[in-house]
Amino acid sequence: MNNHYECIEASINGKLGLINLNRPKVLNAINRQMVSDILSVMEDFEENDQVRVIVLSGNGRAFAAGADINEMAADNAIDFELRNQFKDWDRLARIKKPIIGAVQGFALGGGFELALCCDLLLAADDAEFGFPEVNLGVMPGAGGTQRLTKLVGKTIAMEWLFVGKRISAREALQFGIINRIVAKEILMEETLKLAGEVANQAPLSIRLIKESVLKAVDVSLDEGMQFERKNFYLLFSTEDQKEGMRAFQEKRKANFKGK
Amino acid sequence: MFETVKYEVNNQVAWITLNRPEKLNAFTEQLNKDLERAVKQANRNSAVRCLVITGEGRAFCSGEDLAGVKEDMDHGEVLRRRYNPMVMELHKCDKPIVAAVNGVAAGAGMSLALACDFRLLSEKASFIEAFIHVGLVPDAGNLYYLPKLIGHAKALELAVLGEKISAQMAADLGLATKVIPLDRWEIEVTAFAEKLAAMPTTAIGLIKKNLKASWDHSLEEGLEKDAQAQRVAGMTSDHREGVQAFLEKRNPVFAGK
Repeated sequence: MNNHYECIEASINGKLGLINLNRPKVLNAINRQMVSDILSVMEDFEENDQVRVIVLSGNGRAFAAGADINEMAADNAIDFELRNQFKDWDRLARIKKPIIGAVQGFALGGGFELALCCDLLLAADDAEFGFPEVNLGVMPGAGGTQRLTKLVGKTIAMEWLFVGKRISAREALQFGIINRIVAKEILMEETLKLAGEVANQAPLSIRLIKESVLKAVDVSLDEGMQFERKNFYLLFSTEDQKEGMRAFQEKRKANFKGK
Repeated sequence: MFETVKYEVNNQVAWITLNRPEKLNAFTEQLNKDLERAVKQANRNSAVRCLVITGEGRAFCSGEDLAGVKEDMDHGEVLRRRYNPMVMELHKCDKPIVAAVNGVAAGAGMSLALACDFRLLSEKASFIEAFIHVGLVPDAGNLYYLPKLIGHAKALELAVLGEKISAQMAADLGLATKVIPLDRWEIEVTAFAEKLAAMPTTAIGLIKKNLKASWDHSLEEGLEKDAQAQRVAGMTSDHREGVQAFLEKRNPVFAGK
């Protein structure tokens, strides 16, 4: 694994792959390099058997306060099309290992979109989410209108996107955008605890649960049920299923191997 | 630094004095904004460990300056633009805020005192829910804080009847931390604020936060909040100092960290 990245810090700690957005002077404004760095590390983590859970966080006061406006102000439509501006974001959505995000301060615009790519989100009580793109005469382009709507429904999403509303941690919790609010001082500690808990589960269960839940967001119930069933069957060909059920019968803790 | 507010920091206390004495410190847009910014500045300044809000001259604050009220005014927008951000800034402040109510606190002036953590009352101080006398409703957080401080029945009496509440009556209702005689006013307010400023500041902030959260949380959520707050407080040097001082049988010296 390459350990030096321009816009992020990456490391492995036990079963956790850690990614820290690292442009604190600009509140971790997301530029193309940063997305490419994140993707490159995530794909390394994806292939690394040691890593069971990926943790995404931001250095400094904010998670990420938006996209780097300077980088795109002069772009035109064809630049985006030829560059395939959001191709890395599509690959990010296909990462199969669980991603847990820790948000403090702002998660705005592209920062909110990045947070919405996480499977679980913890937020400090000072966290603020929002899509302010409308104030710049544009709109979210990396999944904001789609993922937010799937989460909170059309009515709320439409209003928030129309007026560029700032969403407090409490509202985010109320609308199911985040899993929990914790004191800012212990945000990382609590995030790592939760990540550790997930990392100790049977990895193939976690992998297929993630796949099935994400499927539920996209397909009809019937199709989702069929998909879930196949994944359920599939787990019965793993060693961890044998170990898990045997440990249950023997009243001991299971020792999962990810096989 | 501010047009309508005096701001000074002394012995870790930020003194924020409403400074329109000729108008009994009535709120104007400028005063709302100055107060909001002063509170924000004090909260951000790590050298500040307590805030005191008081009034210059004989009043604490007489509420909205009626000279500025026009017939076609949108009262709702005035609140959203001027008062609500000010009250939210007070609400967000981690440090203890003392309202040193030196004289009359009427209307939104009373709301301001209610939004603070402690109310020290001069024996000349008084509260009045003046809104009803001009056909309006108490605003700027007044109806949010009041019933939590004195209960629903008394809050309704005060808000609807709009009678003047003397310092002693306020104390009897539970609205005053203390009523202070005129000749002791400055000494006692200063002593109270400086005492707060020498206490474990992080723990005070966590107490404020969790007490406020208790208004709309279940016991289960409250217990989790306790655990988180205690984890944070348990990592402060003030906690270590407190324990050490106890063991050594001496007075602790808290650094607010």
